[in-house]
Amino acid sequence: MQTQTKPKPQGRGAASPDARPNGGNLLTVSGLRIAFDLQGEPHEVVKGASLRIRPGSVVALVGESGSGKSVISQAIMGILPRNGSITGGEIAFSDPARDGEVTDIASLPQSSELMRRIRGGRISIIFQEPMTSLSPVHTIGNQIEEALVLHTDIRGAAARAETEQMLERVGFPNPHRAYDMYPFELSGGLRQRAMIAMALICRPALLIADEPSTALDVTVQAQVLALLKDLQAELGMAMLLITHDLGVVANVADEVVVIYHGEIMEAGPVEDIFRKPQHPYLKALLAAVPHFDMQPGERLVSLRASGPDAATKGGKPAKPEKKPAEPAPSAPAILRVENIVKSYSIKKGSFFSGGSQESVRVVDDVSFEIAHGECLGLVGESGCGKTTVSKMITRAVTPDSGRVTYAGASGKPVELTALEGEALKTARSDIQMIFQDPFGSLNPRMTVMEILREPLAIHGIGGRAEQVHRITELMRQVGLDPRYLSRYPHSFSGGQRQRIGIARALALDPRLIICDEPVSALDVSVQAQILNLLKDLQADLGLTYLFISHNLAVVDYMADRIAVMWKGRLVEVAQRSTLFRNPRHPYTRALLDAVPYPDLDRPLDFEGIRQRPGGDGTGWADIYRPLGSDGAAAQMQFLEVEPGHSVLVRAGTSASEVA
Amino acid sequence: MLRYIFRRVLIMIPTLLITSALIFTIIELPPGDYFESYVAELQAQGEKVDEERLNFLREEYGFDKPPVERYFQWLGGWFVGDFGYSFAYELPVADVVGDRLFLTILVSFVTIIFTWLIAFPIGIYSATHQYSWGDYSLTFVGLLGLATPNFLLALLMMYFANRWFGTSIGHLMAPEFLDQPMSWAKLRSIFEHLWIPVIVIGTSGTAGMIRRLRANLLDELQKQYVTTARAKGLHPFKALMKYPLRMSLNFFIADIGSVLPQIISGAEVVAIVLSLETTGPLLINALQSQDMYLAGSFLMFLAILTVIGVLISDIALAFLDPRIRLSGGSTK
Repeated sequence: MQTQTKPKPQGRGAASPDARPNGGNLLTVSGLRIAFDLQGEPHEVVKGASLRIRPGSVVALVGESGSGKSVISQAIMGILPRNGSITGGEIAFSDPARDGEVTDIASLPQSSELMRRIRGGRISIIFQEPMTSLSPVHTIGNQIEEALVLHTDIRGAAARAETEQMLERVGFPNPHRAYDMYPFELSGGLRQRAMIAMALICRPALLIADEPSTALDVTVQAQVLALLKDLQAELGMAMLLITHDLGVVANVADEVVVIYHGEIMEAGPVEDIFRKPQHPYLKALLAAVPHFDMQPGERLVSLRASGPDAATKGGKPAKPEKKPAEPAPSAPAILRVENIVKSYSIKKGSFFSGGSQESVRVVDDVSFEIAHGECLGLVGESGCGKTTVSKMITRAVTPDSGRVTYAGASGKPVELTALEGEALKTARSDIQMIFQDPFGSLNPRMTVMEILREPLAIHGIGGRAEQVHRITELMRQVGLDPRYLSRYPHSFSGGQRQRIGIARALALDPRLIICDEPVSALDVSVQAQILNLLKDLQADLGLTYLFISHNLAVVDYMADRIAVMWKGRLVEVAQRSTLFRNPRHPYTRALLDAVPYPDLDRPLDFEGIRQRPGGDGTGWADIYRPLGSDGAAAQMQFLEVEPGHSVLVRAGTSASEVA
Repeated sequence: MLRYIFRRVLIMIPTLLITSALIFTIIELPPGDYFESYVAELQAQGEKVDEERLNFLREEYGFDKPPVERYFQWLGGWFVGDFGYSFAYELPVADVVGDRLFLTILVSFVTIIFTWLIAFPIGIYSATHQYSWGDYSLTFVGLLGLATPNFLLALLMMYFANRWFGTSIGHLMAPEFLDQPMSWAKLRSIFEHLWIPVIVIGTSGTAGMIRRLRANLLDELQKQYVTTARAKGLHPFKALMKYPLRMSLNFFIADIGSVLPQIISGAEVVAIVLSLETTGPLLINALQSQDMYLAGSFLMFLAILTVIGVLISDIALAFLDPRIRLSGGSTK
């Protein structure tokens, strides 16, 4: 342990922390340098970062993936991977429980006893992925209590009582039962709550939240943020919030630190950051996020073009907007989905008691149309059936009932659900998909050339020379250098891989492209590039999109019309502008209320979120509930509340009842 | 849980029935029977063959009947403890096998324990000290063990055991106890001799297990929940024991089912080199001379051991992993 007396070195381009040694701060990071050993070569990922956290405040550390923000949190926790080490700087932690005695974490060995006492006891952390962060073979009670037993003298029944109390505090409806449950028995939101309980059970002075809500659905995210804010105030702890989501930052943080390539770009109170951004990187970051107040035709500005090293790299200049005219309502439908239903049978009950089969309708009577040249957004939370709908359109999954009709180039509608053999193959070349995961959707053992040639080869289009010519053209279209064709997917970044996925989808000159969460795995800046690319391609090639996403802002940016899906059903369909201006269905409203805006003037209604928990149907007016009070399924139908705007309600409801 | 075990045991019955039919068919497949190969052998040695006796024996053991009938006779015998008759030994199979089966199980059991005792610490060390000198040298020794032919190792060990400890050459016991009823002195002698075959048979298995444990543990060590455990302030060693090691145990348990027959069948050559009184050499002889009831019954014993091994590992897995215990698989 070392008491700090000397003045701290200043980090390059950093906001200067308090001049006095740890003056009043809970934690000061100064001039921190962290290097990773990559095949014998030291590789510096954090280059002299400085920041400070005052007791009881929320500091957001904002940056893209690879910016070093998580590495800083690992250094503070003393859990850097084995090939990483702190090469300079200090992390001064002044523990209020020990009269502000200052400890330099950077100089402590990671597994020393003192470090272990701080870790989990005085500073704790929650991670992004609640499924993998918990051990699957230990009960959550066991895992939470472990932290308590490690850092306090509480044992036995008292420890269990304390654990259950904490579980109740983080919102488990039945903490006694939850104690003995395994992580896989819980939903994502509850798992994250268990993780929070584990981090907070020892009442730490500082909580590091590393993307705590990124992996969660938007309504669940709002609840988790509300919970974190409550607990933070209640326990009087400080919080270091690591995120790339400026919407979350605007709603939760008191101070913001922006990091780029291991260097702090800008730091200050949240007011200054959002209202008077100084650094070009921060300005670019704010411009790259889609938001709901964008003018028709306004484009996202992709970040790389104005990043600190823009001068050398040079991004693609933003093209003048060429948004296709809003398709006239009379435009012929390219795809018509009528009453499709898909059920999966699920084995209920435990492994040992045999169990009974239960059928779950994942897609329940879904109908919609996509007009030629249109972009229809399909919005819903995980598990609502939106991906199953896309699979049924491509015939990867066969619907139990219902029809999907596609009007090909000839204009003559064919029933996709009844096609077989050659006709199906032809139709499939017209309908292509872009997938969510740019890493998993490209075969790592094929070169880009092979990946792009595969669809051409399957459909027997052209000779070799012709195919190569076409592929070169595709690469240019998606903004990749054709010289990369002989490379393998691993040598590309996430955004570049997604471009390859787009090029593959374009290879067969499709007319309809289904984009299944195409940007949700990408960073904000890359997301802006890909969204712009998709928009340009749509305009240039006259494509029609079915755009599936859980991110309302992204859908808002892309789509002409939006369909909202809930538990296998469409609940509301409307023009983009109408839906956001005048949402009718309570689920759509819950979704919209839960979106954190990167705008200080539009804070999340945390009070409302606490009172109306999520979009699970509780508290809805009877006319929207698919199940009657007796549990029987009610007859539901679409009611057109205004032209082109329909809401799913119980049969017999009049327009005046739909407030 | 009880219902699950009951169901698992029920499933064993058709499995074993099918296995028995397969074994019988395969043994029947080569042309001729024991008596023909016996005659051929005698004639090759220039001896006279007592045709009448042979025909009597053929009738006595039902070799004039169709194979299907003989199969059911053989199978029926199992339920009353009659495993058939060994022609070569002119004894009931049960008498020929009895002692040897016990010794086989003993050798296998001790080998498995030996394998685990050695493989566990080394595997854990190798995984937690990946690419260190310790990891490299232990890996080298392990690969050496994997690559050395068992019979060579057996000969070497026999020689040195005799030179240094005065252990008698070959066999699982001192010569004076061969064919003697079990006694304390015999048992002690068996344990004196046991370590050589255990080490010889165990080395290759140990090396393989170290590699698998290392690979599994390395995978688990990457996982996020290990970081969570460290972030709680858990001592690294305790965290290792409670989380990743527990997870990598799954493969270990799942291995029991296959380890059992592997060790039993892989040990045959060693058993011949060391002249062990286990079942291996007996089985090979029986197969060569088409002593079909002996061979068939042997193979059935192996099959039963395998099925029981798999049952044990399944039940143990279900106890160990709540995901198997609690979640039913969903079907499309």
